[in-house]
Amino acid sequence: MNKENERTYNITYHIRRYNPEKDSAPYWSQFTVKVKPGMTVLEGLHQIKETQDNSLSWRFSCRMGVCGSCGMMINGKLALACNTQILDISSTALTIGPIPNFDIIKDLVPDLTPLFNKHCAVQPYIKRDDLKDMDVPSGELYQTPEELDRYLQFTYCIKCGLCMGACPTMATDKDFLGPMPITQAYRYCTDTRDGGFHERKEVVGTSHGAFRCHYAAECSNVCPKGVDPARAIQFMKRDLVLDYLKLKKRKAPCKEIGSYSGKPVDGIPDPPPFTVDQG
Amino acid sequence: MNETSYWTWHIITGLLVLILLGMHMLIMHLDGILGWFSPAEGEAVSWDNVFSRSKHVGFTLTYVLLLGAALYHGLYGLRTILFELSPPVRLQKFINVTFWVGGVFLFIVGTYGSLAIFKQ
Amino acid sequence: MANQKKHSNHLGILGWIGGGSWGHERLLYFIHRITGIGILFYFILHIFVTTFGRFSKGDWELIMGGFESPIFKIGEFLVFAAFAFHAFNGIRLVLIELGFAVGKAEDPVYPYRTSINKQKPLMLLMMILAMVLILAGSYDFIRLAH
Repeated sequence: MNKENERTYNITYHIRRYNPEKDSAPYWSQFTVKVKPGMTVLEGLHQIKETQDNSLSWRFSCRMGVCGSCGMMINGKLALACNTQILDISSTALTIGPIPNFDIIKDLVPDLTPLFNKHCAVQPYIKRDDLKDMDVPSGELYQTPEELDRYLQFTYCIKCGLCMGACPTMATDKDFLGPMPITQAYRYCTDTRDGGFHERKEVVGTSHGAFRCHYAAECSNVCPKGVDPARAIQFMKRDLVLDYLKLKKRKAPCKEIGSYSGKPVDGIPDPPPFTVDQG
Repeated sequence: MNETSYWTWHIITGLLVLILLGMHMLIMHLDGILGWFSPAEGEAVSWDNVFSRSKHVGFTLTYVLLLGAALYHGLYGLRTILFELSPPVRLQKFINVTFWVGGVFLFIVGTYGSLAIFKQ
Repeated sequence: MANQKKHSNHLGILGWIGGGSWGHERLLYFIHRITGIGILFYFILHIFVTTFGRFSKGDWELIMGGFESPIFKIGEFLVFAAFAFHAFNGIRLVLIELGFAVGKAEDPVYPYRTSINKQKPLMLLMMILAMVLILAGSYDFIRLAH
């Protein structure tokens, strides 16, 4: 057996605590956690709650980096607790706090209501030009792989809120939409099934919208899914400017195929190759 | 919509200022290496050189253009910084008005100065 | 939920310098702001100084004579350096914010190569050009200091 893998480290967790019923301001608590190689920050938090302090509160769900619940500030960097190996960060001490730029409800639980409200404000759903089409779909919508590539990267967002915590504008401007809503606005504006650019630009082209981004690019730096919100925001700005200068190319709407009959359609190309080894 | 137009002009004036202020800096601070537009003896900023440049209408026009573009670009930038500090709406309106009025005032002062040379 | 007591946790202006991550681009954004404010401040004073001196040779030399002290010369050099940085970083920002230097949307495969990686060569080039301009400008300042 490999001796190195059996070694146990004693790591100090400094955790930002706050109980709204008892405290007037947040404070720091210290715990010692026995860590084996391979343990994640999230597992350390569970150990504390199970053996030392059962009042410790935080959000988690899938514990595998797809739900976006466990975002927190770990040793000065924003990350998902389930995705972060303790020994990759430090072998002596971890300092854990909630995501900044959101109010704290309790301990490591941020109030993400502004995130969801701003997301709603950009109307994050397909808006067809033909309004009847949205209530009673008339047929299938067919997209080429090139049309899909225009927005696919931005669909991987898990709404974890890390980008909002890292953004310098979010630090001072409470009305700023934030990287995630603007990225989602662009994701829908550039989708060839969508016709809602002119309504969304009233929300995104405002004095607290896309133009308050100055490419500090910290959002893309911390995003755990590689969504690259900074890129999407710059594309959104480009589209807003081109539209203002009346130079915006009308994007070709996607093809519609007949009326929905439940039967498979001819001529659909094969799916793209796997990116992960199947063997 | 308004913000889009303000920002687009911020970019356009930025490029204008880049070229015009770049020229100004090259004339003034790279005189020993380049020696552009400073025919008289002495520094680029001596009266003789300033006077000889200002006699050309072309120079005066570029200075006035630079003045306007730089004022717009700079004041919009400062407005952005102030707006990001979440001022209340009343203060936002006050900043907008002050910057427009102040900018026009400074433009008039500067244009008057650059035209004054022709009185001699 | 609406009546729940919450504690504010915004980073404020310190969040402009750093918070949650520590990339080069954030530093450049912060320096771009500082140089912008510095140049604007100098510019407004510059308008008044040059206007009041324009009316005759006597006026000009009187006003210019007030700026002989080395503090003003160093300050002027700092404004020049601030301009050099602000100009070249500004070119980089125009290219990025109009969507040219950030690359196309692509499927993310770990380890992620984002727009940050795509604009790194441009960032390096602009910083080198800014240094070259500052060095070229320092020649005149040193020459005239004697």
